[in-house]
Amino acid sequence: MIEVVIADLCTGCGACVEACPSDVFALETAGGRAAIARQADCQTCFLCELHCPADALYVAPNCDTVLGVTAAEAQASGQLGRFRRLSGWGDNPENYPNEHWRMSSVFERAFSMATAKS
Amino acid sequence: MSDVLTLSADVLVIGGGLAGAWAAVGAAREGARVVLAEKGFLGTSGVTATAGPGHWWVPPDPPELRDRAIAERMARGGFLGEAEWMARILDLTWRTLPTLAPFYDFATDHTGATHFRSLRGPEYMRALRQLVTSLGVCILDHSPALELLLADDGAVCGARGVAKQSRQDWQVTAPGVVLATGGCAFASHLLGSANNTGDGLLMAAEAGADFSGMEFTNAYCVAAAGTNMTRAMAYSFARYFDADGRALDIPPGPDSNRHLAAALARGPVLCSLERIPEDIRAHIPTIQPNFTVAFERAGIDPYTTRFPITLRGEGTVRGIGGVRVHGPACQTAVLGLYVAGDVATRELVTGAISGGGAQNSAWALSSGLLAGQGAAFQARAQGKSVSRGLHPAGQAALRPSGAVRPVDLAGARALVAAEMEDTGKNMFRHGKVLERSLATLDSAWREVAAHSAANGAGRVRAREVAAMLAAARWSKAASLARRETRGMHWREDAASADAGLQTRLTSGGLADAWTRFETPERAAAA
Repeated sequence: MIEVVIADLCTGCGACVEACPSDVFALETAGGRAAIARQADCQTCFLCELHCPADALYVAPNCDTVLGVTAAEAQASGQLGRFRRLSGWGDNPENYPNEHWRMSSVFERAFSMATAKS
Repeated sequence: MSDVLTLSADVLVIGGGLAGAWAAVGAAREGARVVLAEKGFLGTSGVTATAGPGHWWVPPDPPELRDRAIAERMARGGFLGEAEWMARILDLTWRTLPTLAPFYDFATDHTGATHFRSLRGPEYMRALRQLVTSLGVCILDHSPALELLLADDGAVCGARGVAKQSRQDWQVTAPGVVLATGGCAFASHLLGSANNTGDGLLMAAEAGADFSGMEFTNAYCVAAAGTNMTRAMAYSFARYFDADGRALDIPPGPDSNRHLAAALARGPVLCSLERIPEDIRAHIPTIQPNFTVAFERAGIDPYTTRFPITLRGEGTVRGIGGVRVHGPACQTAVLGLYVAGDVATRELVTGAISGGGAQNSAWALSSGLLAGQGAAFQARAQGKSVSRGLHPAGQAALRPSGAVRPVDLAGARALVAAEMEDTGKNMFRHGKVLERSLATLDSAWREVAAHSAANGAGRVRAREVAAMLAAARWSKAASLARRETRGMHWREDAASADAGLQTRLTSGGLADAWTRFETPERAAAA
């Protein structure tokens, strides 16, 4: 679930408020930064991170419990912006080409390994 | 009414996932004025956005290739599909995906071949948002529909809903309405499915539509325990072990989940992905970034460490059932109402086994284009003749049949989730158990339908509960009626296929769930 908005990084652009399919975020009236307004509604899809240009969001893979990750822990994890970078939406996209087209051949490899064994 | 955002259009598309986006494209390319209302955000909402569909993809030449693919699918699908529909979606998908090239960076491999078949979810949905926007479609994000509007003659002529972020109700009138609200995941932790609560199934039923294939609601997908990361690719190499480290005999293929469910009923199951070859491991981060990130953050190296798994219910998402399709433009039983994607039955192109990502995404694209086009033709045919009357069709949780009183909606939500996720009830099916489930769900439905009356934003959650209850009742009733084992529908008390039941099963009804075989003489003779 969404664990934390790193306030020091958030620019208040509102991209997460717009992009979250579950309407989890809201901009604070004071300061204008993004806040987790409806944490229980989070569906752990990571897509807010993809749409956050400031890499100010951290989603943990646990989908039914809140771990209580702090901003400092999220920053120390080295994971901020990782999903966006791997997706080629961040810096140096040329280093992270979208290789989804390989999916069918991966399935074929698994299938041929399984049939070779049996 | 001054505080209601009121719009009129030629075509209203309800839902902005894969099928809804293609429906908007289909309608807009016919010159229709299109409004698309999405519960979340067109781009991140729906199960495609977190996944990556590899569409059903067979070249047109030589023609034997498609003939063979269709014949094989007909047989594997227990002969509930239709070859003509399969040929249509193969053709439409083949011709349409390359047209996304201005918005999606299709890869070219070392042989110079461009790969159109398989698109990564976030980029696919981003491309569709750009395409839809370029066609002048009016997108209402964060705007769930609550109910359909009917004209005096019973035709669907629009919908009402609420814009969550501006807290304003909306009303769109349109002579053609496409439902593209997705399948119903019954509040399971299937990745990306939180908005997939069957809203469109309930709205369709209230307007008078019927359903088909609702017994096929028992697909499941593996995820690391505690997560919703139901990405199947890596698990095609998986080996499984019990808590004592003994290897489990889980045959690969569509039946593997049934064996996993049986093993999970006995105790924890651990997964090893060590068989994934090194060269593939190196590419997985840029094939499926979300799969990689989830393991990194859990502190698990899945290629060297065994980890516990769970099964997540996929309801009608990777299941098959939905609104019954009554014609080649994805018409429903109700004039003015069209269906696209997973809200519709996919039996026509999958038969009785799941279409997985392949048939389902080809169906989402094709049924989207066809339904959008059909709705646009409907609007053009109706021309300036304004339909009379505007009657809101919503019942449960909006207009209760009895006295309003507090209803435990959270309890009802948990109940329906348990009934539809528990593999002991939903995967391994038994007549007696199904009867009990149906009675339990009937009673919960009656309570909600008679007494719940939500207000404001609370209407969205209340309607979700009503929709899931309605869909679960059709599922249990249909599972009970199909007293045989066919495709994914597995009856412990009728373990083989019954040739007499080689026909689709229609269902529907709100006060009472009913079922009827499409070819009753065949079923009666059985």
